Amino acid sequence: MSPGVTPVLEVAGLRKSYGDHVVLRDVDLTVNAHDVVCLIGASGSGKSTLLRCLNLLEDIDDGVIRFDGREISDPLVDVRAVRGRMGMVFQAYNLFPHLSVLDNCTLAPRRVHGLTRAAAEERARNLLDQFGLAPHAGQHPDRLSGGQQQRAALIRALCTEPTLLLLDEITAALDPELVGDVLRIVRDLAGAGTTMVLATHEMAFAREVATTVCFLHEGRILEQGPPDRIFNAPREERTRGFLRRVL
Amino acid sequence: MTQAPDPAPAWSPSPRELERRRQRRRQRTRSLLVASTAVFVVFVGLGLAVVSSPGWPRVQALFFDWDHAKASFPEIRDRFWVNVKLFLIAEPFILLLALAVALARSSRAALLVPLRLVAVVYTDVFRGIPTILLILLLGFGMPALQLEGIPNSALFWAGVGLVLSYGAYVAEVFRAGIESIHPSQVASAEALGLSRAQTMRFVVVPQAVRRVVPPLLNDFVSLQKDTALVAVVGGFDAVFAARDYGNFNFNYTPYVVVAAFFVVLTVPLARLTDRLQRRYAERERAGAR
Repeated sequence: MSPGVTPVLEVAGLRKSYGDHVVLRDVDLTVNAHDVVCLIGASGSGKSTLLRCLNLLEDIDDGVIRFDGREISDPLVDVRAVRGRMGMVFQAYNLFPHLSVLDNCTLAPRRVHGLTRAAAEERARNLLDQFGLAPHAGQHPDRLSGGQQQRAALIRALCTEPTLLLLDEITAALDPELVGDVLRIVRDLAGAGTTMVLATHEMAFAREVATTVCFLHEGRILEQGPPDRIFNAPREERTRGFLRRVL
Repeated sequence: MTQAPDPAPAWSPSPRELERRRQRRRQRTRSLLVASTAVFVVFVGLGLAVVSSPGWPRVQALFFDWDHAKASFPEIRDRFWVNVKLFLIAEPFILLLALAVALARSSRAALLVPLRLVAVVYTDVFRGIPTILLILLLGFGMPALQLEGIPNSALFWAGVGLVLSYGAYVAEVFRAGIESIHPSQVASAEALGLSRAQTMRFVVVPQAVRRVVPPLLNDFVSLQKDTALVAVVGGFDAVFAARDYGNFNFNYTPYVVVAAFFVVLTVPLARLTDRLQRRYAERERAGAR
């Protein structure tokens, strides 16, 4: 990191627990502009919870989260303003079933960001077109395949032009042959310099697009570094064990 | 007793977190303060506005007269028992009738088609007739027939009217519940070799009943109130007693007393409904985080 440049996201000493169960502890993470940070680790290691904390969907128990240099873990911060600048895509798509794909994509730009219907629709149609969903713009989500739904969800998140995109295991619920379509979009976004934090089980994909890979184990980031080092020369015994099991 | 070894060193909140907690506490205190002030201003204001309005003494004399309230109270209290009894007796019959109708409507067997038709016609007809009309019809009409071997009291037939009317409503609630159970549940029950009836009995209905408990309780609250309708056919209940007293003394305070009785009876059930609804919502959410 060159001095004087504020990271997009800075997490220090993050702790999150549900009652006595500590889900995240001492998490430190820095995400610079155009970084693609991949969170890997076994189920229950805290990847999803970390993403939910970053998006302020969960209250944290300790630590500091800074977004564009401003602390967003402050209770006085306007949560909606923060979320308006972050995009999040969920494992189960979470598209609104009562709205068409186009309306799903224009809801937030129109209601949160104050775009006119025409402007919002133009932006949405461009993105839908770019990612091969233009023919489905008028359809409702349940008419689409899982892969198409997840691509629609990604486009919905992109329509607000977020500074940071959070992706929570977005291919985990998809059939293997549909995974490629979704990952192609993420790859395109990474190539275009979109800043992303993503939790994933797709190791080959993480190795290919990540600038940084974080291995989470029992709520800690046990090891982080460039993908080459993490995948080829992991320092921690637990990382080696995990990679042996999944690769 | 041995304690499990703590793998991590004990955690104590950082100064920033402590500051944050103080901040959250301040925010909570402030919103509590705002809420209390708003409640106080609104309700005291409303109370003062009502009491200081020019017509208030007349309203008070006609509707909120303490002496009339005291004088009518014992009779109303005794007669209110009729309403409670009517509710307690009608409710089980309504549940049975409604479940039977709902099951008949969702049956698919060829032989049961006549039963299904009866169920459809029943719900259409009895949901369409105003409850008060049904009670008038049965409460005055049936005793007038002078039939042998069945009760001839207006109160009994008013109760039957309530059961028929509410049975149709509650049947629809059950049916909605049965139809809301995902087809995959039926498919997996049938894949295990269960018959259609067994599938209903052991898989669908138990899930459906659990799901419709909140709307069912809502209908019960409504039924508790509608027991007051028996007064129109001379069922000597609390409302009848209040009307009796009111007509004799030209004062409406007894109606307010009866109203208070009904509110006291229905509020616990309404709260229970809220609690159950919240619990179901939480359970549904737990799976979809």
